[in-house]
Amino acid sequence: MERPPVIRPASKRGLAPFRGRRAASLLPRTRLAGPMPWVMAIMVALTVLAGGAALSLDNVAQTARGELAAAATVQILSPDPERRTAQALQVATMLREQTDVSQVRIVPRQEVADLLEPWLGSASGGNVVPLPALIDVVLSREADASAVARLRAKIVEIAPDARIDAQSEWLEPVLAAISTLRWMAVGLILLLGFTAAAAVWLAARHALGINRDTLEIVHLLGGSDAQIARVFQRSIMIDAVAGGVAGLVLGAAALTLMARQFSALDSGMISAGGLSGTDWAILALLPLCAVAIAVYTARMTVLSSLRRIL
Amino acid sequence: MSGMNGTDPGIVKFDNVGLRYGLEKEVLSDISFTLFPGQFYFLTGASGAGKTSLLRLLYLAQRPSRGAIHMFDNDVIAAPRETLPAFRRRIGVVFQNFRLVDHLSAYDNIALPLRVAGVSEGELAEPVTDMLDWVGLAQRADARPASLSGGEQQRVAIARAVISRPEILVADEPTGNVDAEMAIKLIRLFQALNRLGTTVLVATHDMQLLRKVPDSLLMRLDKGRLSDPTGVLRYPPRRED
Repeated sequence: MERPPVIRPASKRGLAPFRGRRAASLLPRTRLAGPMPWVMAIMVALTVLAGGAALSLDNVAQTARGELAAAATVQILSPDPERRTAQALQVATMLREQTDVSQVRIVPRQEVADLLEPWLGSASGGNVVPLPALIDVVLSREADASAVARLRAKIVEIAPDARIDAQSEWLEPVLAAISTLRWMAVGLILLLGFTAAAAVWLAARHALGINRDTLEIVHLLGGSDAQIARVFQRSIMIDAVAGGVAGLVLGAAALTLMARQFSALDSGMISAGGLSGTDWAILALLPLCAVAIAVYTARMTVLSSLRRIL
Repeated sequence: MSGMNGTDPGIVKFDNVGLRYGLEKEVLSDISFTLFPGQFYFLTGASGAGKTSLLRLLYLAQRPSRGAIHMFDNDVIAAPRETLPAFRRRIGVVFQNFRLVDHLSAYDNIALPLRVAGVSEGELAEPVTDMLDWVGLAQRADARPASLSGGEQQRVAIARAVISRPEILVADEPTGNVDAEMAIKLIRLFQALNRLGTTVLVATHDMQLLRKVPDSLLMRLDKGRLSDPTGVLRYPPRRED
């Protein structure tokens, strides 16, 4: 005990990073017993749900805009059946010659009758109620007001009592509502991101508080701020990854369940809101973003607290 | 007494250092002294004289309110914050209340400075084991601080302070919690390190200890001031008769 062992001064060994499991052991672990993984799981699950909703609404809007916004319906309302048929043929011929019209289809009389049957009953199939002649038109681009006005002018030259209804006219408020919902979902994701960062900030400050003595010792033994921050980052990252995976599983399960229920509605517009492989890949990235936010927040919190110690 | 010929700049130099906490009056005033390499110093003074505050300045746990501190030929007050860990690694500290990490074993507590310095697990196993053996705790390597006696904790704290072979060893009342026999053993450990070239500064109010180290030098604090700031301490300190 008289002569101390000969040990090379640590200061001459170089300053390799203090990291890994040994560094992490500085903080007594209460992993999974503490609230952090559960908070992250809930945040990520809600974010996945909001993200799924945003992507789904985006798909609905894209489909509606692509399929419906360029569509228009022409009604030939002449009371005389023969004149109505002749006018429909003439209008269809004229429309096919237009450069901004890509498709024209005269809707068969039986199909019109079938469409009206829920409202008119069997009367729609006979000659009791005069049915208009319908022409479905698909424009080569979105049916804006000027395109519809130009077509209307040409149609009324042939059939003065014809009416043209652009789908975009009734679709616009629907698309505006979808857009609002989509932005609300994006806002919700951002709020959840801030909330997750705030939760990590609180957790990191709490961990700093209860481990302050240990950290001061490491500091006085020559531990740098970056080394100490790394210990906390690792701890928070493990919690965030555990919470993120759990949250993703929960969120994905909820989305799948909802998708099944909506698809059972068999509504064209809603079924267009299904998530693609790319959408699922984007949703799978959300936990990674949550982990990145958690690690960055923990680092900044710890560094800023350590600066108050010498 | 090498390094005390007036030409050596000293390993530590305090120049007119003052320290106050918040808006309170200064706990240390006009502190000026030089520590020379390889010397053994005692810092004495009554309780509340400012010994611990002075030591905190020495092991860079605190910045002074005024004055200048040079260590290892560097102005540590002006040094960028990120350079301070490298200075701290050259200073070993035995804290008054040990300050061991409760959830780490004796082995892990002693290994901590080496791990912080980036020594690999393979490389640190032998020195840590040797150090445990040196302080007589080879059989208690896996014990946590709570299961160690006061004397054993003190020895773990000393082993942790010296394992990285610091150039300066600072000990705050290292014998305050041990019996007289253990106190002598601890002082022998410090002397052994001192013989290897480590500058040792021990803060104590136990004047009996001074007699155990015949070649030691004395600094005395009284109400936050060194008792003889111009004669004994600014210049090479001399032994108290």
